[in-house]
Amino acid sequence: MAKYALRLTVIAYLFFLVAWPLYLVGKNAFANGLDNITGILEDPDIVHALTLTVQVAVIAVIINTVFGVGISLLLVRYEFPGKRLLSAMLDVPLSVSPIVVGLALVLVYGGRNGWFGPALENAGFQVIFSTPGIVLATVFVALPLVIREVVPVLEEVGDEQEQAARSLGANAVQTFRRITLPSIKWGVIYGVVLSLARSLGEFGAVKVVSGNVLGQTRTATLVVEEKYLNFDKGGAYATAFLLALVAVACIITVSILRPKEDR
Amino acid sequence: MSSALLVPDRPAASRRRAARGGRRLTRVSGLGLGIAMMWFSLLVLIPLAAVVVTGTSGGWSGFWDAVTNEQTAAAIRLTVGTAFLVTVVNVIMGTLIAWVLVRDRFPGQRALEVLIDIPFALPTIVAGLVLLSLYGPNSPLGINIANARPAVFLAFLFVTLPFVVRTVQPVLAELDKEAEEAAMSLGASKFTVFRRIILPSLTPAIAAGAALSFARGVSEYGSLVLLSGNLPMRTEVTSVRILSSIENDNVDSAAAVATVLLVISFAVIVILDLLQRRMVRRG
Amino acid sequence: MSIEIKNVNKRFGDFVALDNVSVSIPSGQLTALLGPSGGGKSTLLRIIAGLESAESGTVEIEGLNATKLPPQKRNVGFVFQHYAAFKHLSVARNVAFGLEIRKRPKDEIRERVNELLDLVHLRQFADRLPSQLSGGQRQRMALARALAVQPTVLLLDEPFGALDAKVRKELRDWLRRLHDEVHVTTVFVTHDQEEALEVADEIVVINEGRVEQIGSPDELYDQPANDFVMKFLGPVTQLGDRLVRPHDLHLQVGERDAEAVSGRVTRVTRIGFEIRVEVSTGDQVVTVTLNRNEFLSLGIGTGAEVQVRVAPDVPAVVRAAA
Repeated sequence: MAKYALRLTVIAYLFFLVAWPLYLVGKNAFANGLDNITGILEDPDIVHALTLTVQVAVIAVIINTVFGVGISLLLVRYEFPGKRLLSAMLDVPLSVSPIVVGLALVLVYGGRNGWFGPALENAGFQVIFSTPGIVLATVFVALPLVIREVVPVLEEVGDEQEQAARSLGANAVQTFRRITLPSIKWGVIYGVVLSLARSLGEFGAVKVVSGNVLGQTRTATLVVEEKYLNFDKGGAYATAFLLALVAVACIITVSILRPKEDR
Repeated sequence: MSSALLVPDRPAASRRRAARGGRRLTRVSGLGLGIAMMWFSLLVLIPLAAVVVTGTSGGWSGFWDAVTNEQTAAAIRLTVGTAFLVTVVNVIMGTLIAWVLVRDRFPGQRALEVLIDIPFALPTIVAGLVLLSLYGPNSPLGINIANARPAVFLAFLFVTLPFVVRTVQPVLAELDKEAEEAAMSLGASKFTVFRRIILPSLTPAIAAGAALSFARGVSEYGSLVLLSGNLPMRTEVTSVRILSSIENDNVDSAAAVATVLLVISFAVIVILDLLQRRMVRRG
Repeated sequence: MSIEIKNVNKRFGDFVALDNVSVSIPSGQLTALLGPSGGGKSTLLRIIAGLESAESGTVEIEGLNATKLPPQKRNVGFVFQHYAAFKHLSVARNVAFGLEIRKRPKDEIRERVNELLDLVHLRQFADRLPSQLSGGQRQRMALARALAVQPTVLLLDEPFGALDAKVRKELRDWLRRLHDEVHVTTVFVTHDQEEALEVADEIVVINEGRVEQIGSPDELYDQPANDFVMKFLGPVTQLGDRLVRPHDLHLQVGERDAEAVSGRVTRVTRIGFEIRVEVSTGDQVVTVTLNRNEFLSLGIGTGAEVQVRVAPDVPAVVRAAA
C-alpha cells in the first residue's frame, strides 16, 4: 500500500542520512571504552577549549535573548518606517556563509587593517584573535533564532491582555514583566535552547576570527578538526560526541517542551 | 512564516491584523529601537558592507578577475550546482517527510521529528565527522565517498534536511481537509486531489523551504572540512576557497568571492519575503 | 425512493455514531437530518457521500448499490459547513473544478459556470479569490460548485452553521427557492429545528445514533412520536404529567372548570408580539404563551389567580416519561 511505502521511504532516508551516522559517532567515541572521553577530559588544553566554548555560548545567548525579545516587541507592537526591511534583514545571518561572517568581522574589527580595529586596539581593546571576536561571531550566526521563535508567539497572543493590564493601571515595565513575558515564555525558552545549541557548535566563523591558538582561543569545534587532522581520531570522536550530546539534548528538550499541536 | 497561514475565519487572524496596525513609537521604545539598530549595524550591517566595499575596491575588473579565476569559478560552479541538486532532492524528500509526519500515524514518529532537527543543532564540524563514520574510509556499508564530489552533495543534503520539512509541515497540518473531500466528491482521484488541491496550497511553503535550503547549501563550510578533502578544482567549495584566500592574506579576492555569496543570500531573502507576502494574502 | 439506507452501523472507537439506522429518502425533495450535535446525523450524511464508510449495512443511491463505491464515483454534490473553498482558485475555477475533472469541452464549461454563477448571484465575482468573498457568498459558491456536476443527490452538512443569524435566514429562504427551481434530491444536516421546519419537505430526527422519527414538518410537530421529538422540535412545558406546547395552553380567569388547573402568575415576560406567562400551580411552574391581544383581554398581571387548561383541539399530547 502507498501509505506504507511512503512511511518506509521516509524512515529509511532518515536512518541512512542521520540516525545511523550519528550512532556511529557515539560508537567510535566509546571504541576504547571510556579511554577517549577521559583522555580529552584530562587534557588541560581541551578542558580550556570546552570551558571557553561554554562561556562564549552563554554570553552570546544572553545578548541574543535580550536583543531578540526587544526587537521582536518592536517589530510586532510598533509601527515605524523601514520595519519590513529590518524584519527581512534580521534573517540575513541564517543564509550567510560562516566564513563570510568571519571575514566581515575581520574587515571591520581586525587589528591591522580593519575599519574600527586599529582604533579599538589603541584603546586597549582587541577583538579579532581574542575572546570578544569569538563572541561577536557566535552572536552573529545565532542572531535570528530567538526572534524567529518569539515573533509568531507575540502575534498569536495579540495585545488585548496588555491593553487590559494598562487599563488596570500597570506601567510599561509591570505590563512586560507580568503579562507579556509570561505569555511568550515558551517561545523565549525554545529560542534560547536553539541559540545555545547553535552557539556551542559554531565553527567556520569562529575559525576565521579566533586565530585558533591552543589553550587560548581554540574552541571545542576547532578541537575536533585539529584532533582529526592530527590523526587523533579517538579524541576527535570523543569531543564530537560531547558536542553532539549537547545538541541532541537541546533538540529533545525543545521537542518535549513544545506542546503537541492539536489537530 | 507558516503560522501566517491561518484560516480567515479564525479569530487569531483578525487579532493579528489589529496587532499589525501597531502603536507609534514612544520615547522609550524609540530609544530601544535606536540601540537595537546600532547594535545590529555594528554586528551585521557594517561588517557585511565592509565585505562588499572591499570586494569591489578593485573596480569591476578586479572583482571580475577574482571571481573568474579558474579555481574560484570551479568552486562557485560546484557549490551552486550541488546546492541546486540538493534543493531538488529536498523539495521532493522534504515534502514527502512532511506528508508522512502530518498525515501518517505510527509509533516512533516523535523520534523522527527529533532526527529532522538534529542537522540544524549539530555543530557542522561534527556533522562532517558523523557522515564520515558511515560514508568514509571505515564505512560499515563499504561506501567510501570521502574526498570525492558525492561528499559535497551528501554534506549539503545533511545540513539542509530540516528546511523544506519544517516549512511545509505546519502548512500541511493547517490544510482544510474538507477541501480535499470536496474535490473527491467532485470526482477527483487521490492523485488529482494532491496535484490540484494540496500541492498548490503547499507551493509557497515548498518554495520558501527550497530557498532556505539553497542558501544554506551555498554557504556551507564546516561539514565539508573533514569530509570532502577540499581538493582544488574537484571538491573545493566557495567558502573553503574564501578561507584559503584569507589565509593567504589575499583579503580583496576573498571579499570579492564573499560578495558573490552575499548577493545570493540577499536574493534568497527577497524571494522569501515575497513568498511570505503571498502566503499571507491567500489566507 | 432516491436514497435507501439499510441497517447502517458506525462507531468511532467506543463511541456509537450510528446504531442500525435505516432511512429512505424520497426523490426530488428537500430532506432535513435533524438532531442534536454528536447525534450521528453528519456521520450519516458523510456515509451517503462515501467520505466515511459504514461498518455494516448498505447505501443505495437511485437504485445503485453505492456501499462500496469511493466518493469519486457516487456523483453526489457535497457542501461543507466551512465552505471547503479551493483557496488558490478563483470563484469561476472553483465552480468549474468538477467539470474540468470530467474533461468537458472548454466552451461547455464556461457556459455552465456562467449559468451557475447567475443562479447563485456571483457572476460579478467570478474572478475573485474565495478569500475576497463573505461567508454567505463563499457558501453560495460552494453550492454552485456542487451543482455544476449535476449530482444525483445534493448533500449539505450544516450549510449555514458558520454564518451569522441574518445571513443564515436569507440563505435558508434562498435554498428553498433554489430547490424549487432545480429539483435535485437534497439532504441537509441541521441542529436548528426552525431551519428544518421552515425549509424541509421531510424531516428525519436523529438522536444518539438512532432515527427517532421520520415525517413531514407538520407530522413531526403535531404528532411527535416521543417526548424527545416533541422537546426537540419546539418549546415544551409540563402541565400535570402531560407535555404540552406553551401556545397550546389557555389561560382563563373567573369560574373554575373541571379540566383546568388553578395557579398564580409568577412572572410575565414580553418578547415582541409574544407574551410569556409563568404560572405556579403549587408543585410546578407552567409556561403559557399568548399574543398581546389575548393577554390584554385577560387583564392579568403578576400575582393574579388564573386557570390553566389545554386547548381543546390539541391533537397529540405525550405523557412525560417519569
